[in-house]
Amino acid sequence: MEKNTPALELRLYIAGKTTKSVNALNNLRTYCEKHMKDQYIIEVIDLLVQPQLAEGDQIFAVPTLVRKVPEPIRKIIGDLSNEEKVLVGLNIRPVKALNE
Amino acid sequence: MSTHPFESNTYVQSKVLQKVPTGIVGFDQITDGGLPAGRPTLICGAAGCGKTLFSMEFIVRGALEFNEPGVFMAFEEKAEELVMNVASLGFDLDKLQNNKLVKIDHVHIERNEIEETGEYDLDGLFIRLGYAIDSIGAKRVVLDTIENLFSGLSNQAILRSEIRRLFQWLKEKEVTVIITGEKGDGSLTRQGLEEYVSDCVILLDHRVSNQISTRLLRIIKYRGSLHGTNEYPYLIDEEGISVLPVTSLKLLNNVSSERASSGIKALDRMLGDRGFYKGSSILISGTAGTGKTSIASIFANETCSRGEKCIYFAFEESPQQILRNMRSIGLDMQGHIEKGLLHFHSSRPTIYGLEMHLVAIHKMIKKHRPSVVILDPITNLITVGSVSEVKSMLIRLIDFLQVEQITVMFTALSLNSVVNEQMDEGVSSLVDTWILVRDIEFNGERNRGIYVMKSRGMKHSNQVREFVIRDEGVEILDVYLGKNGVLTGSAREAQQLEHATDEVLRNHQISRKDREILRKKMVLDAKVASLKEEFDSLEEELNKSHIEEQLKKEVLEKNRGELTRIRDRDSYNNSDPAKNVN
Repeated sequence: MEKNTPALELRLYIAGKTTKSVNALNNLRTYCEKHMKDQYIIEVIDLLVQPQLAEGDQIFAVPTLVRKVPEPIRKIIGDLSNEEKVLVGLNIRPVKALNE
Repeated sequence: MSTHPFESNTYVQSKVLQKVPTGIVGFDQITDGGLPAGRPTLICGAAGCGKTLFSMEFIVRGALEFNEPGVFMAFEEKAEELVMNVASLGFDLDKLQNNKLVKIDHVHIERNEIEETGEYDLDGLFIRLGYAIDSIGAKRVVLDTIENLFSGLSNQAILRSEIRRLFQWLKEKEVTVIITGEKGDGSLTRQGLEEYVSDCVILLDHRVSNQISTRLLRIIKYRGSLHGTNEYPYLIDEEGISVLPVTSLKLLNNVSSERASSGIKALDRMLGDRGFYKGSSILISGTAGTGKTSIASIFANETCSRGEKCIYFAFEESPQQILRNMRSIGLDMQGHIEKGLLHFHSSRPTIYGLEMHLVAIHKMIKKHRPSVVILDPITNLITVGSVSEVKSMLIRLIDFLQVEQITVMFTALSLNSVVNEQMDEGVSSLVDTWILVRDIEFNGERNRGIYVMKSRGMKHSNQVREFVIRDEGVEILDVYLGKNGVLTGSAREAQQLEHATDEVLRNHQISRKDREILRKKMVLDAKVASLKEEFDSLEEELNKSHIEEQLKKEVLEKNRGELTRIRDRDSYNNSDPAKNVN
């Protein structure tokens, strides 16, 4: 069941391949691999390509990471450089913490 | 507060800042055309002053009247809420959205849902806005209110630089933008938005004094354009926002030299025999109970009798009350109401602020197009505004009425207090004709005196006349001069009676003299008759003696003849008998 519907559905809104966008995506991938391996999906939406999608998720800043699943929807804006904040924001228990 | 100096110069005009009309009544007038085209304008003010409404009207009127689609980006209210809020003004936003004339985009910012880490920018907003603008070809954009970003995001440095970039970007987009901002302490907006928007700043203010609110609009700055710097009252009613310029910009009203009777003949006579000028303003002031309303009603009645329309704004009495009271002086105005010539509009002054009153008056006038308007009394408006506010309202009203060529009559109650003297003076300088009705207390009674204080452009009486209200109507009596000056009331009546008595006495005296002379004449006549008799008898005597003489003479003659004859016969017989034979 977990394999069919991942525990974490993420959507990353970016506007073109800017440094911030690339950093954000890289950071996000790193954290997910580290803490939620195989349990996540990341969808990247480039607003320059699909501007009409900005309204739906109430995007005004980029990059914005939106946690679609599990509910409620959470948003994290910025290049996601602070790992702890991202994990708290996504409500992910860090693997390290589990090990300790 | 002046007209555009470049207006007449077409060469300069092309270089002058282009403007976008808002369609908001009066606003385009005071800004000489509207908002600066392709530039952002900041509208700031406290909560509830109508920022959102102003900007929404800008968008809707732009779409409907000027064929300029607009994007409304709401940071506060949801699209559905906005649709509902402006539906009460008769704007159908849903329809406009379906027709691609308006696009409403609600930007939801909720701090709880947002976490910030690291660098970001507001490209998302730019893209959304850009997409909205492009999708309908918008020329107008409203950001209401962008300050909400500050409450949702904590990185001020990023926000400020992004907002600066946003305005730059909007200018490049060549859209006319309104940004709204909440008024902050000591600054125009809480977040200092005015530092980003340097082209045009408009402040909306909402003041409450004496429990009555007045909305005021002021243009704080407008680069590249002259503008009125005053505070302009504006109001929000079922037709949206209307800004009322304090005065019309020019004093170029047409004037009429036609006259209209006041309905009181003697008053007309006091005003150069022909009454008021049409389209002029008349002030009737006086202390309580001097008959101001009666004069006003008679004027209204006279107007309707000529078949012209009249609107009576009563701030003290209900229409029924006025009708009943006027019937007591023999004035029945019911017929005029039924014919639709006379309209009453009664409202307590405190029902709403001065501006609403002004608008109510404007609307009634636009609807009925009367030739005479009566405001009874304006003094009561003082309860809802200061003297200067009432004055400024009346200036605007008189201006408006003069442009429309409507005669207006105000009544004003004057008390012997300082405030109301000011009131009188304040208004009296505006009006064309000022008639004063006042009490004359004398000899233990109160009478009414009426006089014309001023009347522009006509010869008018300088006399204080007595003004009497009778069952048959009002009457202005002729000046009655007694030994001690002008007399009124019972003093006048007493004097009149005295005069009448004198008259009778004098008449009596004259007739007695006449009779005496007649008698004398008769005596003389009698004397003449007796003398004549005497003369007649004398004459008769004389005649008698004459006749006697005559008779005597005749008799003597006769006798002598007889004697002679007798003698002759004797001689014949005696001396010559032969002759006797012959």
